[in-house]
Amino acid sequence: MTLRKKLLGKGIVFFTALCAFAIIGLVVFIMGTIIAGGHSHVTWKFLTLAPTEGMTSGGIFPAIIGTFFLVVIMSIVGVPVGTITAIYLAEYTKKGSFIAKTIRFAVNTLAGIPSIVFGLFGLGFFIQFLGANLDKAFAPAGQLVWGQPCLLWAALTMALLTLPVVIVSVEEAIRTVPKELREASLALGATRWETIVRIVLPNSVTGILTGGILAVSRGAGEVAPILFTGAAYFLPHLPGKLQDQFMELGYHVYIMSTQSTNVDETKGIQFATTLVLLLLTFCLNFSAVFLRYWMRKRALSS
Amino acid sequence: MNDTATILPPARIKFRLFEFCAEKLIAGIAFLSFVFIFLILIFILRESLPLILGRATDDVGKVTLKSLLSLSWRPVSNTPLYGMFPLMIGSLKVTAVSMLFAFPVAIFAALYTSTFAPRFAKELMKPAIEILAGIPSVVIGFFALTVLASFFQKWLGFHYRLNAFTGGIALSIAVIPIIYTVAEDALNALPKSMREASFALGASKWETALFVLLPAATPGVFAAFLLGLGRAFGETMIVLMATGNAALLSWNLVEPVRTMSATIGAEMAEVVFGDAHYNVLFFIGVLLFIFSFTLNAVAEFIVRQRMMKRFGGNI
Repeated sequence: MTLRKKLLGKGIVFFTALCAFAIIGLVVFIMGTIIAGGHSHVTWKFLTLAPTEGMTSGGIFPAIIGTFFLVVIMSIVGVPVGTITAIYLAEYTKKGSFIAKTIRFAVNTLAGIPSIVFGLFGLGFFIQFLGANLDKAFAPAGQLVWGQPCLLWAALTMALLTLPVVIVSVEEAIRTVPKELREASLALGATRWETIVRIVLPNSVTGILTGGILAVSRGAGEVAPILFTGAAYFLPHLPGKLQDQFMELGYHVYIMSTQSTNVDETKGIQFATTLVLLLLTFCLNFSAVFLRYWMRKRALSS
Repeated sequence: MNDTATILPPARIKFRLFEFCAEKLIAGIAFLSFVFIFLILIFILRESLPLILGRATDDVGKVTLKSLLSLSWRPVSNTPLYGMFPLMIGSLKVTAVSMLFAFPVAIFAALYTSTFAPRFAKELMKPAIEILAGIPSVVIGFFALTVLASFFQKWLGFHYRLNAFTGGIALSIAVIPIIYTVAEDALNALPKSMREASFALGASKWETALFVLLPAATPGVFAAFLLGLGRAFGETMIVLMATGNAALLSWNLVEPVRTMSATIGAEMAEVVFGDAHYNVLFFIGVLLFIFSFTLNAVAEFIVRQRMMKRFGGNI
């Protein structure tokens, strides 16, 4: 090999390495700036108080509670539906069959639809169609009960958005359940249904948990779908029922940094709220990664 | 089946009926994701229908096609105009900047980790990408708004603090993990024999990577490009926070822009339900849906089929 070629090769390797390490550097830089800007502001008081003085001081307690309610309701709806879809894909269809391909295409498409379109769907379907018709049927004339943005509609919109996350993760878990377990169960005279309920599901609890955690992490971080399906700037009270609007961490970051009148004065609060949101998603993702690692290791050893 | 059923005790038969129903229910629920794709399209179409049928009205009168094709977007003024071109150009500019930056960086990084990288770099890259992919878009938006924008303005001397370039770079942070992950999967899926054959013919590591592996993984790389493009085009929070949101008709990269998705995000909360403005925003949503659906379908069908053909179903 000539010297020129050797140098060219070295240059190419160096350049690709530069790209890779630039990404690592970027991650460190983003985390670093947000930790540096917010860590002194995150105190116990900040986490447990409501915003005061026109949102220029106080804490973010209502936003934390709102986010919590949102992801809990979302999971109650989304995780069972996602799990059932995953069971159907893994247990009832052959991998290359037309039905499996169709559902998988639908799941991939769902994952690729922009989150703002989910927000529009939430508004058009849940609020303007379902909610408005519920009101027509049950609410006193002229009153809006369900036909307006609220916690339930936001959570359902988010459940739809995070459905692909649950499906992919649970399906992977179900496929790691050893085939021999199923065969043994069937050989002992159990039906397919009994095998799924007694053998497959108990063995994929970790995977379902992982799917749920990943969905919660995604749901807690998305803001676009709840912009007009239920999130509110500021509420004097915590959400108490499904028809209430709610404050949310990501939405709080968005309005505090773009819509409030004194953006510079509240820099500390903005950084601290961002840090809380970042830590929340980071911890959730980390536990999901850990669970998945543990699951794979167990699958390999059995 | 009937023969065995006659031998079974009644309780067992009843249980079988329950199982039958439960299994049908499972199949039904599994089709929900399929059903919801249609529901999404139908219901955002429904809210934009008056516009499509030419019946949408605002304070001034009927909204015509001429208004949609006009060159300015000013939905809340005495003479409202709903020109889509400024928004489309805005989306194009920001997406182009983000892809021009994210695509090469992500592809080269994927090439590095799948071929050249020592073990420690691989081990470092995995969690870094996972963390990057897990950062909520509103956090990236906030980072771009407060840190990146000031940095670029000071460093490159921009007249406007928030502009298409800053927004595009911020957007690329969200796109890099997608492109990297898909491209790396494609590179790792290549049969080992390919690499060995290339080495055996005397090619060096970088020659193999650049002239054998990368071309062989083209369909996967193309899929990575399409999926990244779809994400960049539809992403809302980052562009809403970091591009300045002025609907200007200009190709200048350092002027503020307003993208299609950001327009929906910024204006839907203040709009009068049923008004022409409301219909137009839903219509933009329909366009976003069609665009992302098409990209996904192309990535899914054409790319996968070509990959299958090339490696005889070995992926």
